[in-house]
Amino acid sequence: MRIGLFATCLGDTLFPEVVKSTAVLLARLGHDVVFPPDQTCCGQMHVNTGYQREPVPLVRNFAEQFGDSSIDAVVMPSGSCVGSVRHQHEIVAERYGDAALRAGVATVKAKTYELSELLVDVLGVTRVGAYFPHRVTYHPTCHSLRMLRVGDKPLKLLRAVEDIDLVELPEADSCCGFGGTFAVKNAETSTAMLQDKMRNISGTKADVCSAGDSSCLMHIGGGLSRIRSGTRTLHLAQILGSTRTAPYALMEAAR
Amino acid sequence: MSTFLGMPAAPPRSPFGTGNLRGDRTFPEAAHGELRNDQLRHNLGRATRTIRTKRLNVTGELPDWERLRDAGSAVKTDTMNRLPELLEQLEQKVTERGGTVHWARDGVEANEIVTRLIRATGSSDVIKVKSMATQEIGLNEHLEAAGITPYETDLAELIVQLADDKPSHILVPAIHRNRDEIRQIFLDEIPGVDPDLDNVPAHLAAAARAYLREKFMTARVAVSGANFGIAETGTLAVVESEGNGRMCLTLPDTLITVMGIEKVLPRYQDLEVFLQLLPRSSTGERMNPYTSMWTGVTPGDGPQDFHLILLDNGRTAALADTIGREALNCIRCSACLNVCPVYERAGGHAYGSTYPGPIGAVLTPQLAGMHAAKNDPNSSLPYASSLCGACFDACPVKIDIPSMLVELRHQHTEQSGTTVEKLAMKAAAGVMGKPKLFTAAQKAASLGRVVGGRDGTISRLPAPLSGWSDSRDTAAPPKQSFRSWLASAEGAETMRAAADEGARLTAETPEEDQ
Repeated sequence: MRIGLFATCLGDTLFPEVVKSTAVLLARLGHDVVFPPDQTCCGQMHVNTGYQREPVPLVRNFAEQFGDSSIDAVVMPSGSCVGSVRHQHEIVAERYGDAALRAGVATVKAKTYELSELLVDVLGVTRVGAYFPHRVTYHPTCHSLRMLRVGDKPLKLLRAVEDIDLVELPEADSCCGFGGTFAVKNAETSTAMLQDKMRNISGTKADVCSAGDSSCLMHIGGGLSRIRSGTRTLHLAQILGSTRTAPYALMEAAR
Repeated sequence: MSTFLGMPAAPPRSPFGTGNLRGDRTFPEAAHGELRNDQLRHNLGRATRTIRTKRLNVTGELPDWERLRDAGSAVKTDTMNRLPELLEQLEQKVTERGGTVHWARDGVEANEIVTRLIRATGSSDVIKVKSMATQEIGLNEHLEAAGITPYETDLAELIVQLADDKPSHILVPAIHRNRDEIRQIFLDEIPGVDPDLDNVPAHLAAAARAYLREKFMTARVAVSGANFGIAETGTLAVVESEGNGRMCLTLPDTLITVMGIEKVLPRYQDLEVFLQLLPRSSTGERMNPYTSMWTGVTPGDGPQDFHLILLDNGRTAALADTIGREALNCIRCSACLNVCPVYERAGGHAYGSTYPGPIGAVLTPQLAGMHAAKNDPNSSLPYASSLCGACFDACPVKIDIPSMLVELRHQHTEQSGTTVEKLAMKAAAGVMGKPKLFTAAQKAASLGRVVGGRDGTISRLPAPLSGWSDSRDTAAPPKQSFRSWLASAEGAETMRAAADEGARLTAETPEEDQ
């Protein structure tokens, strides 16, 4: 399958290892990974902060970059960016776009998937040949859980990882407190939510807390690093990208 | 020859509501203090967790729960689409059955009508059934100023009233109090209470019961709200747990009911949907202990003088918003509060309005506006959410609160003129809209590595990001973006090797290994 990879602005700039793992994983599964070079950002931060005029060029660019019919599916290692493409792009196009943009948005939306959706639903694979001999707990991010309804697809993928010690996260479905600019505008409330999430993570004694969104992991990981909890964060793609021949070199987190 | 007829202008927006629909501080400012209240956080955490579990048990056991939610949503949407005709039908039916209907544009008008009606009875005190509408319009404060004493008869409302406090939850107004605090409030405020009163819940309830019983037996006027008003029959309904409502609705000579206009339902049969949705969503019970229904006046039985006040107070303004009007479908169950991680930490008072939590964050700005002044506290409410979506899942009438929050944020930025944030958003979109600029910006960002400490993390950021860095380390940007790695020789080689491995594996295993 010819798969268009959207790196997301955050992944491309701050978490390139996550995108590398995604790209390598899909190539290793025998798929043709294409990276439209002029891609930038989905505009989620703008829309969620209340700005819908400003991201029109971003929405248009996304639809142009991935609209090509030679691309069978579009994937991104972020549940919330997929949520933006699925739910917000049409709002922006409807309100401030033209007929061409509305058509473009509808086309690309129908073939856009979050990583675990693409693997399990589209490619029909749960055993991706990964090897990760560490204790892992998984935090289902809100947008993948409640906006995309990915359900237990990420857990199915993790359970099939060789030698993984997967432990359940208590109160997993409660928000970590990130929420984009919420973490800045309401930093104290966000921190209170983060503290409860970190307490639950620490209780699992996991080496790694994983999730499908680099943004939530940036928040959780930033908190865990500050309290020197001994648990580090790693994107789902990085665990699935770790193999016996090229295992992920897990550095001990600071305590 | 042509005649210029002028440009059509949008009709003026209906006026916003008055009363307890605006705090005096923004949400982050108010939350600052509440977050430090350990007692509050402990109570809220424990109480919301308990109600959450109960609710999931009783909604999970119904095979048609999702269809009930659909039905509830459909009935409410239909109601809002023909609200004027349903209200007129309700008025006609109530009048036919011997009641009197009053229309109140806002809280000020409603308070005046209630005061006038109570004065006409010659009574100087009233008993009250717990009611969000009368909290919203500040009726108690208004009555007290007019020399009329209102007695709240719901246990939690009584606690709040005796402590001269404000409710912090739609269903459990005193959720922020524990039993020791309640004992002290009773000792201080209930005349003649047993000085040896302890903090056992049953004893506290008994003390309140003895105090209230006397009020029930002597009061001649009651004021209530309404959960539902049936247009078809003119029937009003109040749903409650303690029986105090039944007392208020049956014992006095005069009953005055203040009902928000969105509480109307078309048909009597619609109650079969809502009397399942409401108790299961709010208290986590299959059925609430008391459901009282009355239609106008029944000679020789119950209040012989019945007044229904239909309250607008900003509801028509909300109805005019094609997206926001969905908030009027709310049946005040408070399920969204109990699942909200923001409400659970910050508590109800941080919202500054009678309506806290997720529904309050979308309802309050629509009822009262969010641009009354610069830095209107109401304009901070749509941002008091991480958009986690738990409220949408819990709502018995499927109000899409997260989408409405995003919509209200948009309305706010559209109204706000040029702000620093808007310029920053424009600048960011300008860079991200042009791939060459974006790539250049990524290279600039990687220079940010120099501010990272020895462990590659940044522990302090300048405003407006200082709140973030107070409790989170930030990883310094990496040397190389994904796109420059992919374009490098190393990237190309890695991808080629992976593709080779893929081709080899595909050749080895013709069928997917599941």
